[in-house]
Amino acid sequence: MPDFDPTAADGLGAFEAPPAAFALPGVVRGDFPVLGRHVNGHPLAYLDSANTSQKPRSVVEEMSDHLLLHNANVARAMHTLGAEASAAFEAGRAKVAAFIGARTEEVVFTKNASEALNLAAHTLGDHLRLGPGDEVVVSVMEHHSNIVPWQLLCQRTGATLRWFDITDDGRLDLAAAEEDSLISERTKVVSLTWVSNVLGTVNPIPELAARAHAVGAVMVVDGSQAVPQMPVDVTTLGADLLAFTSHKMLGPTGLGVLWGRYDLLEELPPFLGGGEMIEVVRMEGSTFARPPARFEAGTPAIAEAVGLGAAVEYLTMVGMERVAAHEQLITAYALQQLQQVEGLRVLGPTEAVDRGGAISFTLTSDDGFDIHPHDVMQILDSRGVAVRGGHHCARPLHQRLGIQASSRASAYLYTTPDEVDRLVEALDHTRTFFSGHSGGKR
Amino acid sequence: MSVESMYQEIILDHYKARHGSGLRDPYEAEVTHVNPSCGDEILLRVHLDGDTVADVSYDAVGCSISQAATSVMHDLVVGRTVEEGLSTMGAFQAMMHSQGNHEPDEDVLEDGVAFLGVAQFPARVKCALLGWSAWKDAVAQALTTTPAAAAADDTRMAEPVEAKEEK
Repeated sequence: MPDFDPTAADGLGAFEAPPAAFALPGVVRGDFPVLGRHVNGHPLAYLDSANTSQKPRSVVEEMSDHLLLHNANVARAMHTLGAEASAAFEAGRAKVAAFIGARTEEVVFTKNASEALNLAAHTLGDHLRLGPGDEVVVSVMEHHSNIVPWQLLCQRTGATLRWFDITDDGRLDLAAAEEDSLISERTKVVSLTWVSNVLGTVNPIPELAARAHAVGAVMVVDGSQAVPQMPVDVTTLGADLLAFTSHKMLGPTGLGVLWGRYDLLEELPPFLGGGEMIEVVRMEGSTFARPPARFEAGTPAIAEAVGLGAAVEYLTMVGMERVAAHEQLITAYALQQLQQVEGLRVLGPTEAVDRGGAISFTLTSDDGFDIHPHDVMQILDSRGVAVRGGHHCARPLHQRLGIQASSRASAYLYTTPDEVDRLVEALDHTRTFFSGHSGGKR
Repeated sequence: MSVESMYQEIILDHYKARHGSGLRDPYEAEVTHVNPSCGDEILLRVHLDGDTVADVSYDAVGCSISQAATSVMHDLVVGRTVEEGLSTMGAFQAMMHSQGNHEPDEDVLEDGVAFLGVAQFPARVKCALLGWSAWKDAVAQALTTTPAAAAADDTRMAEPVEAKEEK
């Protein structure tokens, strides 16, 4: 990616990247009708893709086509439509598997990434016979969905939950972890996010997985923010289990994925009981299907699997290398521009090195007053700029950073530098709006 | 539905002034309420003198709407009876749930009328009610711990106390 001076001021003119570098949004934006909308009288600048991505027409059309012309239940309906639905559902699985370099039978469909992580926590807890003296290691930068399932597991089993701290620039504090022997022979599971949904930090998963494996621990990775944005090859990642979600990668809501090494999946006990996950059911007891069916009780999200299949096809057509390159570029540009805003402090790495596209920040008014993220969000929304304000389901991280909440702008393959400029302009306006109220006695 | 109609001068002034902010003794009840979606938090104490609200003190973090609403609430309940305070809260809630189609009584709500514009933004209504719900909860607890006040209880306080504010 092009080199540029992060201290350079004033928009694209001073930005040394050639205009062609931002070609991708121009190619793809037409596929996302919502991006052409006006919101509150302004063209929409959708900068909340880390929350959920927008959907291209092909995803919606394939889902609609499936529901209107091929709908039937899967696996159990033996008629023609049933066969079509089963084939479409399994084709979705195969496309997801190919997208991450996995075997098809290693892809387990869940409701969302949270359920995938809960599945991992439940089944690993039983499989490893977790108990007092055992340790589960997470980090302080995790999303609640990669904290709470492990807290619950530790409460059930008597195991201890430990966590990586972060450095002041928002990276995992590997030195402190080393000093504290955070990962030791007591560690049974290490579960870490690949890319932080708040700080944008990209964690060195292969290296961390090697440490986990060296002590015999299972490595679980929350890939919710990573899989949408970069090429993934599970055969070299080092993870044993990888969770991610459809709706952040152009697919529909209601569908998540747990990828697992097949030999591990085979050893894991069932999670939820019900139809499709069994082999033989007798009143005295049942035997269970092989993975992935073992973990997919009940009628699955069929049209959603078709939609996710279309989404990964779309991403593959664009090319994940291009998606990743665009994310790097737009993140670098946004970091540079945001740091020109007075009173704005970026949380996490301030350079686009080992950094994803989520940029969280705090904003202070001229008179030194912290402008609350909800208020920032509201003023931005009034100008058509959509960001997220709050703790982004990462309250421990915000506590660690000594703040209550933050605002977050996040980009995807359709995000333009112009949208970043609109954000910056709206933030300047927000500061003006909240400055000059003395709060004196009225 | 303009954002300017939401951020009235009165709200921004209260946001920065935060009447009654800070934790004070004495008090009979102390509660913590949170808004789980954004992490806004309030630790609030109530001191009753008979059936009069003698003091409401608090330590809160949150957006301008939640902070200003708590500041206004302080002015509206301190020095009045519990019954008056609850009645004012009822009027404030009615306005907040009106989606802006409401003619608030300025004699009752005073600076609180400025929140009429907030009622048009459903996502922010619970911000405006955070301090009030904490106050109601604390008063209910204070009444159970102060027999004199309990004797002067209003029947509405007999209903079970909600642990948290509405979702």
